[in-house]
Amino acid sequence: MSSNVQNKGAFEPQIIAFCCHYCAYAAADLAGSARIQYSPNVKIIRLPCSGKVDILHILHAFEAGADGVYVAACLEGGCHFMEGNLRAKKRVAYAKQLLEEIGLESERLEMYNMSSAMGGEFAKVADEMTEKISKLGPNPLKFVKFAKQSRKSGKEGS
Amino acid sequence: MIVASRKPLDEIIEIIGDYEKVLIAGCGTCVEVCHAGGEKEVEILASQLRMKFGKEGINKEFLSDTVERQCELEFIEPFLEKAEDLDAILSMACGVGVNFLADRLDSLPVLPALDTTFYGATEEQGVWTEKCSGCGKCILHLTGGICPITRCSKSILNGPCGGSDGGKCEISADVDCAWHLIYERLKALNQLENIQAINPIRDWSTGLDGGPRKMVREDLRL
Repeated sequence: MSSNVQNKGAFEPQIIAFCCHYCAYAAADLAGSARIQYSPNVKIIRLPCSGKVDILHILHAFEAGADGVYVAACLEGGCHFMEGNLRAKKRVAYAKQLLEEIGLESERLEMYNMSSAMGGEFAKVADEMTEKISKLGPNPLKFVKFAKQSRKSGKEGS
Repeated sequence: MIVASRKPLDEIIEIIGDYEKVLIAGCGTCVEVCHAGGEKEVEILASQLRMKFGKEGINKEFLSDTVERQCELEFIEPFLEKAEDLDAILSMACGVGVNFLADRLDSLPVLPALDTTFYGATEEQGVWTEKCSGCGKCILHLTGGICPITRCSKSILNGPCGGSDGGKCEISADVDCAWHLIYERLKALNQLENIQAINPIRDWSTGLDGGPRKMVREDLRL
């Protein structure tokens, strides 16, 4: 764990990283192979392309209590599927607006770009996001019981 | 199709008021195509409302369901059956769906989550433009298929007016002059005589100015 994260006291943020299979996920693998240390607060969800990420994936992550969410996509111009990362970027921007509407800090959601060769960058982003979310504090929805509020899985994917 | 956009969340929250058990009702036709009130938008709004009220410690229950069309009785039956257990229905259909539900639910409030905007077409993914006003008296055969009622800012029948500038309308450089488009289209069709003909003063009672309209086809009635 990086020194930045160690100094943040009791609060250990839970961060969800939606990672593209072709870049950020491979970069995470590379970081592991290279024994680069990064924040264990980041939980990776692999996507076939960052363009698979849906607004509902992001909202449901926050609803389930995630303190932070980020989408890690290929470098612009380098998407395996041409422009999936550019679509993800627009969706993240829209999801930030939706979070602001409900009074959650939009900084809890971010978009990063990296290539599969950027293991160090993956670790840097994980630490940077963990530090930022540690400063913001826990997602207030962590402490909300949604028992009376049924959630039906809807259409996810566009 | 009918194009609509979702109201801002603050306005929706104000509309919901004190109702505690609310069904968010989507419509799978026009407003699904324009991404305003289909199944996905229902889930997004439900998620936002759960988080917003949950964060503030206000206990409300939001159910969600989407039917194929809210403007046909067969399709809205699931909503009517659930009505007894609800405090309100928040409809994400166009105004037609809200009216249609409200007409059939005597004691249950039906609330709008969308602002219904226009009859339009999908120009490209994420872009919709207005093409028809439903005025009840179509003259598109005279105007090269371009509607002056809808696409001319003044809805004039004999144009262009003096505000046409380089093919754009005086209201905005982003708005095409409909009569310029009509001229170019008629020229391409070799029908320029149509633009020289004087369209007479119109009877607007075929449109909304004549009161709410109703159509009956006896041959189709059961």
